[in-house]
This record gives sequence, structure tokens and C-alpha cells, in this order.
Amino acid sequence: MLAVENLTSRYGRIEVLHGVSFNVNAGEIVTLVGANGAGKTTLLRAISGVQPISSGFIHFAGENIEIAPAHTRVTRGIAQVPEGRQIFAPLSVEDNLRLGAYARSDGDISTDLDGVYATFPLLFEKRRNQAGALSGGQQQMLAIGRALMARPKLMLLDEPSMGLAPILVDQIFAIIADFKQRGLTVLLVEQNAYAALAIADRGYVMETGRITMDGTGEALLHDDRVRSAFLGL
Amino acid sequence: MAEFLQFTFSGLTVGAIYALVALGFTLIYNASDVINFAQGEFVMLGGMVTVFAAAAGIPLPLAALLAIAVAVTVGMLLHRLAIEPARGATAVTLIIITIGASILLRGLAATFFDKNFHSLPPLIRSEPWMVGGAALLPQSVVVLIGTAVIVAALWSFLTRTMTGKAMLATASNRLAARLVGINTSAIVGLSFMVSAAIGAIGGILAAPITLTNYDVGTLLALKAFAAAMLGGMGNPLGAVAGGLLLGLLEAFGAGYLSSQYKDAIAFIVILFVLFVRPQGLFGKIGVERV
Repeated sequence: MLAVENLTSRYGRIEVLHGVSFNVNAGEIVTLVGANGAGKTTLLRAISGVQPISSGFIHFAGENIEIAPAHTRVTRGIAQVPEGRQIFAPLSVEDNLRLGAYARSDGDISTDLDGVYATFPLLFEKRRNQAGALSGGQQQMLAIGRALMARPKLMLLDEPSMGLAPILVDQIFAIIADFKQRGLTVLLVEQNAYAALAIADRGYVMETGRITMDGTGEALLHDDRVRSAFLGL
Repeated sequence: MAEFLQFTFSGLTVGAIYALVALGFTLIYNASDVINFAQGEFVMLGGMVTVFAAAAGIPLPLAALLAIAVAVTVGMLLHRLAIEPARGATAVTLIIITIGASILLRGLAATFFDKNFHSLPPLIRSEPWMVGGAALLPQSVVVLIGTAVIVAALWSFLTRTMTGKAMLATASNRLAARLVGINTSAIVGLSFMVSAAIGAIGGILAAPITLTNYDVGTLLALKAFAAAMLGGMGNPLGAVAGGLLLGLLEAFGAGYLSSQYKDAIAFIVILFVLFVRPQGLFGKIGVERV
């Protein structure tokens, strides 16, 4: 479904992605693990089109999208839950969710809104509140709900567990694992490598702008190098 | 008392125009971080195009609509030809571009129209009403009501329509706006067009009272910028409050102190705001989270 080939990207003169290639098949949960500064967020942003690339290709659903503007990539079916949630703080919870469906041309938004409220009942209770007044965990759920409103084919999640209480982390990972049952394809970036690999079909390890290892979630979880580098085992 | 009322009336009238221009600043600033110093030129175009279209025999309401259309087109072209190609440049570069655009527009207006002062007939032709011994121009009431209508219309556009909400979303978080599929560059373009329309309407409403010429936008833009700073840059309600307050300060300053210092008051306000309360009356203190 998604294939990235030899992608390079830079901030000014500093190249941060040095020819990254990987792929995500339809219906899979694929995770990218790696330390801080490995380029995981940059990679996700490049896929969404909000980070310029200097060379390489991005294929999505049979088309080359590396030069497509960001907003058209959402229409094609790529939604992202960005790092640090990035909700629209001054707007209401419901407006945040409705804006998630902004790129959709079909009218049936209320069904999806009900669906998100069914998944996150708390958001329904707080639908008229200012999004900025939600707690960190609630904001994360809002960010996930907002991405779901786009009715994506591929969901990119950037550090969804960051800064959350352990009980919320479990809940978030359960929700992500559940996406698979709904037929959603997931690309998950995590520093919490253990939890991410546990729910992933396949994983890639990223170090300083390159992919250095790949394998099934299970295999990486038991790989000695991964265990010592990221799992502290 | 009559004197006080008189200053209040004229202060509110001029303040309403500042408020409209300040509102234009705010819309563009929120969507793009650009302070558009060509904002005053939209006001000038509103007045001047109406004057010359009316002189060419076009009925006044049509001439006014034409002027708004011209201003909106200029706003769109300003974004498309000058701001959009410089995307990614620093805010200072973009601000300098708008100053250049403002000089260009003034030059074009001086060449295409003329350098004389012009007036428009007031919407309601009647003698000033006497209120508590002070004269209230019917056109002042038109300006104030017009401003209130524009503010209300803008408010419902921003809070009731999906496009308006996309504008607020772009202002609040541009990265997230792009990630949900909002074409933020189109939103910035739209904010230029809406600001141009608001400015032009202000220019048309004010022309019967304040007169208009090719150069009317320069001082107006600077004063409205002071008003926007006073209210808190980026806050639409602050812009309106700042505009009205600045108009009143000017009127009282000119009336009770000396009319020679009238134009200085706006700049004293800028300095005062920068020294004492940089976030303005209604602005939030900028917090950078690391």
C-alpha cells in the first residue's frame, strides 16, 4: 500500500534522512522504532507532505505522491496523528473532529462522528469544551479521533504514547491494535519499542536517518541488538 | 458635556475605521504571521475606486460594489504574486514585501486616478442630529452600524462555517491544519481577500466624512497597526476594541490637549504598549514550550 524508496530529506544543509526505503502492506501494523533524533518524525512528515524531500519516491495506493501537496494526500487516504497531539486548542472538541473530515467530499460525516464518540465516550461528554482544556490523554484521543474522521486507508501515528500515564498507554495501544480489525493500515512510530513491537506485524529499526534492521514484530522483540539498544534488556 | 459628547462621537467614528483596518491586520496575521502594511491601501482603493466609478456615471451602490471587487482582486493578486512565491521566507521579509506592495499601489493610484482629495455623498443626506448639545453626523452612525455588521458577519463566518473554522484552525496550528487536509495556502489567500473587502468597505463608509485620496492608506495603516497592538495582535475582538479606544484617545487628545498632537497619539500608544504590556490589552503572553 505504501512504499518509500531512497527518501532523503534535509533541514537546511543538514541531511536527516539518508535514503530511507521501506514498505507497508495493506492491513498491516508496521512500526518504526528508534532513538530520539533518528528521523522517525521527519519520515512521517515527509510521507504526509509537510516536510520537503530532496530525493526519492513515495508510492501510495498505486500512485507516486512525493510531489502531491499535503492536503491532497489526506484526500487520497493518508491521515496522521502528529507528535505532541497538535490539536486546535481554541476550538471545541467537536469542531476539532469535524475539521478532521475537512478534506472529505462525501457528506456522511455524522456517522463517523458517532463512531468516534462510541470509541471515545469521554470526547462526547466534552464535545462542547475547548480542546485546549482537555488533559493530555484526552487530547491524544482527540488527535486519534480527528485522524479517524478523515476515513483514512493508512494511519500514521507519531509517538501516541508520549507523556501519558501507563494505564492510558495500554489503552492507546489497545485502540491501535483494534484499528487492524477495522481494516485500517497502520504505520506507528514509537520510542516505547516494547509495546509497539508487541502489537506490530512487522517493524523497522531506524538509526541516524537510516533503516538498519527489519523483521517481524516478534523477531525484533527477541533480537539481541534491539533488546540491548531499545528495550534495556 | 456637549464637548465631551462631541469628542466621543468623532472618536468612535474614526475608531470604527481603525477597528476595521486592525481587523484586517489580525485576519492576515493569524493565518500567516504576516503583518500586511498594504492594509491601508485596501481602504484607499475602496474610497478612490468608488469616487471615480461614480464620477464615470456608475450608480453609487454599483460603484461601491465595484470598489470592493477591485480591492478583493488586488488582495488576491498581492497574495498570489508577492506573498505566495516568497513562502518560507521569514516574517520580516514578508512584511517588507507588503511595504513594497503598499508603495506600488499608492503610486498606481496616484497615476491612474489623481492626487486630489475626494469626497463621497453620505448615505443618509440630512442635517447633523443634535444629541446633548453635540452634533452627530448621520454618516457617523452609518459607519458605526456598518462596522458592527461587518464584525458580526465575520464572527459568524469564523464560527459557523467550515471554511471559517478552517481559518481558525490554520491560525491555531498550521502543521495540524495541513495534516487534516486544509489547503493552508488557499486559506491565507482567502484571508487576504476577506481583509481587502473589510478594508474597502471601511474606506467607502469613511470617505464622506474623512475624504479620500491616493495617500490616505499610509497613516491609516500605521494607526490601525497601533490599534491592533493595543488590543493584542492576533485577537479579533482586541482589534475592534483597540481601534475604538485609539479613536477615542485621538479625539480626546486633539480636543483637550492640542490638535497638533493628534497623529502623535497612535505612536505614543505603540511605545506605551511595547514598554508596558507587549501582549496588548487582550493578548495572551506568548509561551514557548520546549
